[in-house]
Amino acid sequence: MTTVYEQRTGLTRREMLKRSGAAGATAMLVISGSAVIAANRAWGLEVTALKPETMATLIQMARDIYPHDHVPDKFYAIAMKGYDSEMAAKDAAKKDMIEAAIADLDARAGAGGYLGLGWEEDRIAVLKQIEGTDFFKMVRGGLVTGLYNQKELWPLFGYEGESFSKGGYIDRGFNDIEWL
Amino acid sequence: MAAPYDLNDDSVVVIIGSGAGGGTLGSALAQQGVDVVILEAGKRVEYDDFINDEWGSFGQLAWLDNRTTSGNWRVSQDFANLPAWIVKAVGGTTTHWAGASLRFQEHELKALTNYGPVEGANLLDWPLTLADLEPYYAKAEDNMGVTRTNGIPGLPASNNFKIFEAGAKALGYKDVHTGRMAINSEARDERSACQQTGFCFQGCKWGAKWSTLYVDIPKGEATGKLEVRSQSHVLKIEHNDAGKVTGVVYADKDGNQQVQKARIVCVAGNSFESPRMLLNSASAKFPDGLANSSGQVGKNYMRHMTGSVYAVFDKPVHFYRGTTMAGIIQDESRHDPSRGFVGGYELETLALGLPFMAAFLNPGGWGRSFTSALDGYDRMAGMWIVGEDMPQEKNAVTLHPDAKDQYGMPVPNVHFDDHPNDVAMRNHAYSQGMALYDAVGATQTYPTPPYPSTHNLGTNRMSEKPQDGVVNKWGQTHDIANLFVSDGSQFTTGAAENPTLTIVALALRQADHIASQMSKGEL
Repeated sequence: MTTVYEQRTGLTRREMLKRSGAAGATAMLVISGSAVIAANRAWGLEVTALKPETMATLIQMARDIYPHDHVPDKFYAIAMKGYDSEMAAKDAAKKDMIEAAIADLDARAGAGGYLGLGWEEDRIAVLKQIEGTDFFKMVRGGLVTGLYNQKELWPLFGYEGESFSKGGYIDRGFNDIEWL
Repeated sequence: MAAPYDLNDDSVVVIIGSGAGGGTLGSALAQQGVDVVILEAGKRVEYDDFINDEWGSFGQLAWLDNRTTSGNWRVSQDFANLPAWIVKAVGGTTTHWAGASLRFQEHELKALTNYGPVEGANLLDWPLTLADLEPYYAKAEDNMGVTRTNGIPGLPASNNFKIFEAGAKALGYKDVHTGRMAINSEARDERSACQQTGFCFQGCKWGAKWSTLYVDIPKGEATGKLEVRSQSHVLKIEHNDAGKVTGVVYADKDGNQQVQKARIVCVAGNSFESPRMLLNSASAKFPDGLANSSGQVGKNYMRHMTGSVYAVFDKPVHFYRGTTMAGIIQDESRHDPSRGFVGGYELETLALGLPFMAAFLNPGGWGRSFTSALDGYDRMAGMWIVGEDMPQEKNAVTLHPDAKDQYGMPVPNVHFDDHPNDVAMRNHAYSQGMALYDAVGATQTYPTPPYPSTHNLGTNRMSEKPQDGVVNKWGQTHDIANLFVSDGSQFTTGAAENPTLTIVALALRQADHIASQMSKGEL
């Protein structure tokens, strides 16, 4: 069972970094056992089929495809967790396909792998090489709903979602523009 | 009390589809005392069950049965199996539509005469005039409660409209207002006024927007002369040796095939399913499909020249609040070839929620130029472009040679290539739309490609001569007297205007014709 959970207590950042390998040059994600953990310990994601390094790479890849600097990694992790729980854990062939695709991405990135590339533009250059692959298309296409259809994400973009239960916007700002 | 009719009752008028065409026609016939069975492929979803959630609602209402695509339109690349965004439910696409209700202009009904022959286009004049349609437009506007008609006030100006209007004035446009919308600006016809909820495309949970689902169909059912049989997916239309249609074969909710006998059959399944049913009904007597002696069934598919322009500003807009499409500029809808194209277009305000903006802003796009647009979502304004596209014979709905649906029937393939006139018009509209927002201080503008089609037209077109089209000026097929087409597929040309009001007007006119022919014993 793959879970995304809030990391409320436990290891200090220093202990965690000591006990586990930083997943990338930017050290936003940390690998601990079978989990990918945010470096600020805000959340963790436990994987059951994919290698945790693979999941960390998928999460970084998701951010590089749709980079929103005001959106925490957690939302990208939620968007990608199905590659472990719904695909790799249920279908060995899919697991192999994902692992092979990420290994390919790492190989193209050079010695430090994809996560070893510190600048987004360098990672984008690698993604451009695989843009036409089924794997890339699957990941990008999946993110359109996997990322942007998370209701908890909407407020970060100022989108208020469902409005019928609040009586619509007739008294809540449909015509409140003041700067024109 | 809704009437149930026996499968073997061959006195009924069978209508296939319950949207703007079929729902209107069925209710109008029942109110004139005619016995009607509407067969609707989708479920009956009442308006309190609609969902204020874009993807959730899409799953609830959209027609998701498999279709294939070909041609150079970008939809074929980005949404290969979703050429149209239309509805499979009682009420059809009148549950989803935005509500814009515009009459066609006189010159548009005589496109060949007024535009002259256009290379590569299969232009034709309609076999009727604006004067023929006017009494039915008036009836339709009253029935639907169209704002700015019948003394009904316009909808109030939203944030998105205020920006649009300011830009329009800066560009010198004169004909700018909050639209002729079949959305109640005040309570009318026992329906609520618009509450500016912002989910018009997901079905109006207030019932403020006109839909056959809760306006016409209940009025028809109240006569005891109309049965709406939902989850009844028509596969074929049957005929006798004399070449008259006798009934339809449909799959019921359990997938079992049934045959409903009929005195008259009216096809109103939108511009993919209507020609598909005629083609799938091919027989020894009609080897090319029903009503297809002209070879025009499925041809001349039109989808309107569409596109959108979104713009980001440095201050908040919140354009998703309020009626989805209450704003229009009509100055460009004239025919003025000096602009480099024939026909015209309308500019109409539009907003999408964040999930659909992500899906439709630039399908397939990724990286920072894409996400920077979405980062400005709450500072965004938007408009939709809708203009006349050219009928082309090669743009066609055909039967797929291999792919079959859940009932074993060939699925439709939809082929569409943009005509150079469509491209020239779209580019003109993009420039105008971007200039409009620049004039109000936009920091970025985004010319956005067409979405899966909502206006599907022309695939059983109306013609004076039988060799040029499928139906006559009443929507009656040239070949088979008791077979009618009652949806937008009968459009000869598309005009610049959103099609629903014209579909409704034609259905009301057809109802009068059918009822009168029946009473004279001619049908």
